[in-house]
Amino acid sequence: MSARDAIMSNIRRSLEARGSDAGRRAIVIARLDHPPRGVIPERGQLPPDERLALFCQIAEEASASIARVPSNDGIPEAVAVYLRDHNLPTEIRMGEDSLLAGLPWASKTQITIAHGPSDGSDAVSVSHAFAGVAETGTVVLISGSDNPTTLNFLPETHIVMLSAEDIAGDFETVWENIRRRYGKGDMPRTVNMITGPSRSADIEHTILLGAHGPKRLHVVIVG
Amino acid sequence: MEVTSPAFKDNARRALGDPQLQKAMGHVRTGFIDKRQQVADALPEFEQLRDSARDIKNHTLEHLDLYLEAYEEKVRGAGGEVHYAETSAEAREHILGICQRAGARIVTKGKSMVAEEIGLNDYLVANGIEPVETDLGEYIIQLRNEPPSHIIAPAVHLTKEQIEVDFRRAHAQLSPERDLSEPTSLLTEARGVLRERFLAADVGITGANFLVAETGTSVIVTNEGNGDLTQILPKVHIVIATIEKITPTLDDVSQILRVLARSATGQEMSVYTTFSTGPRRAEDPDGPREYHVVILDNGRSSMLGSKFHDMLRCIRCGACMNHCPVYQEVGGHSYGWVYPGPMGAVLTPSLVGIDAAGHLPNASTFCGRCESVCPMRIPLPKMMRHWREDEFERHLSPATTRWGLGFWAFFAKHSRIYRLGARLAIRILGKLGSGKGRFKKLLFAGGWTRHRDFPAPEGKTFQELWAERDRKS
Repeated sequence: MSARDAIMSNIRRSLEARGSDAGRRAIVIARLDHPPRGVIPERGQLPPDERLALFCQIAEEASASIARVPSNDGIPEAVAVYLRDHNLPTEIRMGEDSLLAGLPWASKTQITIAHGPSDGSDAVSVSHAFAGVAETGTVVLISGSDNPTTLNFLPETHIVMLSAEDIAGDFETVWENIRRRYGKGDMPRTVNMITGPSRSADIEHTILLGAHGPKRLHVVIVG
Repeated sequence: MEVTSPAFKDNARRALGDPQLQKAMGHVRTGFIDKRQQVADALPEFEQLRDSARDIKNHTLEHLDLYLEAYEEKVRGAGGEVHYAETSAEAREHILGICQRAGARIVTKGKSMVAEEIGLNDYLVANGIEPVETDLGEYIIQLRNEPPSHIIAPAVHLTKEQIEVDFRRAHAQLSPERDLSEPTSLLTEARGVLRERFLAADVGITGANFLVAETGTSVIVTNEGNGDLTQILPKVHIVIATIEKITPTLDDVSQILRVLARSATGQEMSVYTTFSTGPRRAEDPDGPREYHVVILDNGRSSMLGSKFHDMLRCIRCGACMNHCPVYQEVGGHSYGWVYPGPMGAVLTPSLVGIDAAGHLPNASTFCGRCESVCPMRIPLPKMMRHWREDEFERHLSPATTRWGLGFWAFFAKHSRIYRLGARLAIRILGKLGSGKGRFKKLLFAGGWTRHRDFPAPEGKTFQELWAERDRKS
């Protein structure tokens, strides 16, 4: 008997007489097809303005920084200001994201742009978030050539562009949107939920930022 | 890994007399407990979410075979491979085989308690592969050749001075003049050293906090980002996880995530919660080219439906040990194997046997704090009591304990004799101790009087006083 069959039959033996197989199977299929939502915290269930304010508050508590711009055209300048304020180089790396690519980088700033995944030599990366979650101040990023996953982890500074209208109150709303885009039961290869910059408290319980991932997480919110 | 649980008493005695350890353990007492309370208080639905998380796991365990099948099909559909292992040895062989087929020399590792359970590092080293722990705490204890002393803070037993000594020894290529006196300089050095290892690794091995049946996804939760660099940079990603990590849906995962970080580190949310499904897709510019999941049983399928069934709900947050007065004093190494604290006192006997781990469920005052903070509402004291009963029934407890319990049980079952005996004993002890009101030494109570005086009884027994109170009212 294969290890798989041995484990499965041992599980079934241990769970014996707990419902017929057809009945059990129907319960499982129902849950997978129609995931029950469970308890959703009230705190994120707010009108858009307050939801945005809550997102900013909790993200800042998690040591992310926030900039607000009224429209997409304002993003390059907001990035340039952040780089200057933190004495960072004006070379940034990003993926093929069409929204980011279409911004007036050259006309509004001195920033030079490299495209594609990171090999670890980049100081600053810029990504476009799929969503934000107000409940915990979290940004949600999705893998692919538009926003390569290495950009979320290798550079010391990670700048994330987030549309205010993409900020959801809770995780469940984000899952609904991912199911709608990728199909029920299918996922992009990687979904990163990121809440503040990397940190460790492994030495004497002292919280230090920038353990292995970015030391700085800056979120530019549009709208 | 060698099991030193039979030596728990010696281990604990040594730990209590170790000033470095006692200094370091102070951080557990001050660091974890207040923060958990604050974030729990800040979320009005926290208690409801604990119920929800418990119910989800209970439902999953009842249908574990079917959710495993659904999960497996989804992983294969996304281009990943699933390998089942009944034992630690089988899991190690699967992992070694994948590493060898990939021609691996260097393997990076995210933090995984299951990898500790199966003794993966020693096995890889013995087969010519270099494992590199990348979680800062795990990296430190790997340099010291020690097991973790806490399931989420593996180096919590160390002071920064001890870590400085280890770094100077292990990083001899760096200038001896450098300043390593602060945690921040230690972190910067580890970041630099490990960044090179991340980029050089051929295979990355992580654990999983959840395996999602709905989508065939593995989920890791970290603060450092080391788990992500481990799983996206090498050409092969191996996930090692046990059967009870299966969770039905993304919504179910979200319910449990809401209690996980809050219970573990007192954060609203850990920094990185990452959902990985299969290897890189045709259009992906980064990510692993192979994705393997090794699913280990190692005795867990036999715990299903047993009196230790509830233990399979554990999500490894560490809240039980953070709040345990015994763990806080003796540290994780005293427990003698991979899992310390209250959850270890229940799980270790299941995995290595009550004959080797019998001391662990006995090292509890049954104060109940572990159960009161467990996000999955696992009745840990009740299960420790089950182990004590097992130990007694199997004649593993020492003769003096057995004799003492038998003696007491006789009186407990014969209430008239008990009341008479108690009245006599109280009167005699009260007379003998009436001078000082306390005993410095007492027959059969050496364990007590070695550390503190035994107060002399005054007046009547509790039952007598209770009966009088009843009569008055």
